[in-house]
Amino acid sequence: MRLYEFESKKILSSHGIPVPRGRVAATPQEAGVFAQEVKGPVVLKAQVLATGRGKVGGVRFVQSPREVKKIASAMLQTQIGGYPVESLLIEEKIDIKQELYLGATYDEVKKTPLIISSSLGGVDLNEVSRQHPEKIHKSFFSSFMGLQPYKAWHLVQNLKLPGKLPWTAQAILLKLWQIFSQFDAVLVEINPLVLTRGDELVALDAHIEIEDDALFRQKERLKKFQIEEREDKARPPTQFEIEAARIDRADYRGVAGRVTEFDGDLGLLIGAGGGSLTTFDAILRHGGKPANYCEVGGNAPVSKIYKLAKLILSKPGVKGIAVITNVYSNSRVDFVARGLIKAMVELGIDPKSYPVLFRSAGAFEQEGYAILKKYGVRYYDRSTSMDEAARLAVQMIKKESQIGHTG
Amino acid sequence: MAILVDSSTKVIVQGITGREAVTFTKGMLDYGTRVVAGVTPGKEGRKIHGVPVYNCVESALKDHEANTSIVSVPPKFARDATFEAIDAGIELVNVFTERIPRADVVQMIEFARQKGVRIVGPNSLGMVSPGKVKLGPAGGPLSECNRAFTPGNVAVLSRSGGMLTETCSLLSVNGIGQSIAINIGGDPIVGSTFFDLLPLLEDDPETKAIVLFCEPGTFQEEETARFVKETSYSKMIVAFIAGSFVDTMPGMRFGHAAVIVHGDSGATRTKAKVMREAGIMVVDFHSQILAAVKKILNQN
Repeated sequence: MRLYEFESKKILSSHGIPVPRGRVAATPQEAGVFAQEVKGPVVLKAQVLATGRGKVGGVRFVQSPREVKKIASAMLQTQIGGYPVESLLIEEKIDIKQELYLGATYDEVKKTPLIISSSLGGVDLNEVSRQHPEKIHKSFFSSFMGLQPYKAWHLVQNLKLPGKLPWTAQAILLKLWQIFSQFDAVLVEINPLVLTRGDELVALDAHIEIEDDALFRQKERLKKFQIEEREDKARPPTQFEIEAARIDRADYRGVAGRVTEFDGDLGLLIGAGGGSLTTFDAILRHGGKPANYCEVGGNAPVSKIYKLAKLILSKPGVKGIAVITNVYSNSRVDFVARGLIKAMVELGIDPKSYPVLFRSAGAFEQEGYAILKKYGVRYYDRSTSMDEAARLAVQMIKKESQIGHTG
Repeated sequence: MAILVDSSTKVIVQGITGREAVTFTKGMLDYGTRVVAGVTPGKEGRKIHGVPVYNCVESALKDHEANTSIVSVPPKFARDATFEAIDAGIELVNVFTERIPRADVVQMIEFARQKGVRIVGPNSLGMVSPGKVKLGPAGGPLSECNRAFTPGNVAVLSRSGGMLTETCSLLSVNGIGQSIAINIGGDPIVGSTFFDLLPLLEDDPETKAIVLFCEPGTFQEEETARFVKETSYSKMIVAFIAGSFVDTMPGMRFGHAAVIVHGDSGATRTKAKVMREAGIMVVDFHSQILAAVKKILNQN
């Protein structure tokens, strides 16, 4: 779960890491009041969970308090990455001498926690690692010991800070690790950590991501910081996706959901995780246009599969449906077949004439095939590869479009 | 005898009274795996398909000899259960539980390293050594397992449990058997990655070709490519990378927790490129794995 900048800064500040003086404003008036208090130049920062807001007008510097209301009002009417800007973080403008980077995350190769520091801050770390890999310093350490002061001390040497500032940076790094570990974070970034003209270190921007799978033990801590639990999405979910998620949540058994909407004409009932990725790629590579991505697996019951099938079949623009799964070992082929047929029958779709293709195999396949046969649905077993099934499905839709009949 | 499991494998199941564990314990017993005991705190004295249940691993090991454990407990108990198994002297821990917090996973792995224990998973459906042993739900019930997994000389390692079965089925349908098939787990951090297992497979006389089922996200494939190149790995590897469409949708999660791409990081195009440069045969369609494997086996 990704936190808003203002939430991240609230946590940083509570742990004693300096952040700019600021306030969250949901209205231009609130922003105006804060600007009056500051009396100097301020920065307005859109609070959205999308990356790269700086490039799309999500960060604005304002010289005089008089302009603040007008600019805040304009910003509050924009959208960034599909998300409406509902609040702004307004902060005093900091005079910057140098921008640095500090971050904590996990290393998937070494399988340990990792602290990263760089004397090049304020830009994307991936960019720095491509162009100036020598300016990135990493420190791996035991997950039982945590970040020890000596390790933090070694790391800050690379920042080449003057005077007593290395000690300040070391303290900030240790606090950053504390936050990472206390909050079950998978990422804590201060980017940039700035050295001000007054030779102070201040966290100008911060980014915390808490692991979704650890939220069960973070409830109290998040409540203390008035942070609400929410689901991360790279874009706001569509109505179709919301409905699919509701179907999946309503029954804890198995998965029939994880839907992403696309604008194609071929409905997909595919599974499970890796199988869905494989099938979706194959459909695209054969020139097909999927109407959705989804996952069906984990032995989901008929009731759930049927509701998902119905949702997909009812989607405007869908001209046919392909049911393609890997050879199931723990899900039942007959459940998928039954779910599909039930959805078609209920929607008044004739399985004999509607473009539908079924490729699944494994547990209870004979029972499944018997149902499909009875209703006249074309089905394929394990002797037809998932790729071939995908090709046939694409062909089926193309033919359908040529005939121009929509089932 | 392939890797990780063999005729000496004796298994305990931690969390054996859980819904899924009851089912896969039956599947393992039917397959011939020696499941000697189960552990569920507070349920000592019960039997699951004839397997005695104990309150803790230590008491189970007092009565039975075991070298392998399957951890199938709720996420919040998984670290403790894994520590318990490692502490009791278990040598291979196959963690079935999914959604374990990463902070716990890295500690499980670190403790296992200290004690010389191998972890497979978390979020792993287990492994099958066809005709010999199977751990966890991999392959499903006996009849299904026997259709998809057949004895032979191809090692299959997969980030997806379902596609492990599909991949082995694709080979089996065409008369090509497997030496070992392992679902390494779909999480961002797992105890045994491709590059952790490749050295073992290199030394395994039964394995003549290796198939990797890869997914977007993490640096596992990149690191595997680096390992293969730097060590001039001696066996031929075929890789299929699913989900290339995820490259075009940064920040969106698909399937497993690890399947997320940020820019070039975790992208399938990067993985395919570096794997090809390392001499790994990367195929564009899953079914092309078959032809690639045939080619390798014919060369041998």
